[in-house]
Amino acid sequence: MPFFVYVGIFLILPTAIILAGSLVGPDGSISLSNFDGINKPYMYKAFITSFEISAVSALAGAILGALLAYAVATGNPNGFLRRIVMSASGVVAQFGGVTLAFAFIATIGTEGFVYKFLVDRGINIYPDTVWLFEPQGFTLIYLYFQIPLMVLVFIPALDGIRPQWREATESLGGSTWHYWRYVAGPLLFPAFLGCTLLLFANAFSAYATVAALVTQGGIIAPLQIQALLTSETGSSQPGLAKAVALAMIAVVLVVMSLYALLQRRTSRWLT
Amino acid sequence: MRARRIKLQAFRVAVFIACGLFFLVPIFAMLEFSTRGNDLSSPRSLDAWTRIPSTPELATAITVSLELALITSVMMLVLILPTMVWVRLRLPKLSRIVEFICLMPLTVPAIALVVGIKPLYIWISLNFTDSILALSFAYLILVLPYAYRALDAGLGAIDLKTLTEAARSLGAGWGTVMLRVVVPNMRSAILNASLLSVALVLGEYTFANLMNYENLQVAIQFVSLVDANTSIAVAVAALLFAFVILLVLSFVGRGRVPAGGLGRTR
Repeated sequence: MPFFVYVGIFLILPTAIILAGSLVGPDGSISLSNFDGINKPYMYKAFITSFEISAVSALAGAILGALLAYAVATGNPNGFLRRIVMSASGVVAQFGGVTLAFAFIATIGTEGFVYKFLVDRGINIYPDTVWLFEPQGFTLIYLYFQIPLMVLVFIPALDGIRPQWREATESLGGSTWHYWRYVAGPLLFPAFLGCTLLLFANAFSAYATVAALVTQGGIIAPLQIQALLTSETGSSQPGLAKAVALAMIAVVLVVMSLYALLQRRTSRWLT
Repeated sequence: MRARRIKLQAFRVAVFIACGLFFLVPIFAMLEFSTRGNDLSSPRSLDAWTRIPSTPELATAITVSLELALITSVMMLVLILPTMVWVRLRLPKLSRIVEFICLMPLTVPAIALVVGIKPLYIWISLNFTDSILALSFAYLILVLPYAYRALDAGLGAIDLKTLTEAARSLGAGWGTVMLRVVVPNMRSAILNASLLSVALVLGEYTFANLMNYENLQVAIQFVSLVDANTSIAVAVAALLFAFVILLVLSFVGRGRVPAGGLGRTR
């Protein structure tokens, strides 16, 4: 079937190239020498920064997204507001790259409209450095697509909560605190954790937004790949880009497997 | 009870206002930026917008990206839909494998995939064509998970077996079955899958940038170095275009935008 030929060439083959290429040393023999290239302080730093941005933006995005999802889920299930929020989330969760970078530059860049508005009122959001182009800035920008993604993936779990469970808690004399602590909380927690992991993988894979913001250096792991790819011709270690790519795939694979496990656990009660 | 309702309403209003500000202000800021005059005292102007068609780089890139979007959507329908129908009817054992393959791009970050696919494209450009339209093959991979989910939902909603058997017993060939029975019965799923593909291709940056092709997003970034206002104007236009497409989708299709995907435009 043409489908299998096509995915064989454009999906399986590239994956095989990454896998095989990462194991072939500069002299053509099979070795792990490419992974020595990752064993460098600047590579560690890039991966750690990637981890930090992903973890913070995933956690903050999950919390804020869950609040928004709860505000939506407690409204009319067929209402206009819910429709709008869900559609808009679908769009904005896919939003990223150059446009998103521009949006924040136009907002809180040093020429930006909110920045100027605040400066006119005596508030300087950049007392020391313009952190928009630093990891803190990337984290803030990532929230722009992390929150809507959380809304999309968390709402099914919230919809699974039945009002009867709250009534049952109350008829047994439980307070709001008891309800959240002993009923809704434990039921929602696996879903929340799973969605947080999904958000982590999402941020960890993101490349275009930061690439559009900074042109130099390899602050995060994807930018290290970019640097290796653009300087590959004549590079002493052609397998290094593949090794870094493989490391990224490994991280995402682990995170996504945990996500799948937690999803299964969630679906036991909330479907 | 009453107090709780009021508290809940207050919470909801506060959340909606805060989120509304966070999500709308940056888009408004882009509009504001793209209509700025040359210096601070000059009045608002649409100069940046009118410069879009007269910037050759942008005009070409817009055309190219629209072509890529069209080719990718068509290829997606021609390649994936018949395969899914065939697997559902004749080879149900393969359905797990097809699903696994289609969802695989979600666990391979685009930035990692590009490392493996770049050698392929160097080979293609040396031996076949160096046209940017060849990118649509790679984009089809990125589109795969979203298209699969949309089409799978559509196929699940119709009684495919009875429909095809009825058509076949009336003497229809497989081509007729596909075009005149399957396609009309899952119009909204097909629309869904196509529009998602279009939106994704229009926003794609990673592959094009790292394989040295100039699509819309890459051009926007180049132009921003010399004329920030115009490139922001194009960015807003592209964004609003994608927004309209996906809003149309969510109302026409009556379905919702498939949730839970990893964005591939980043």
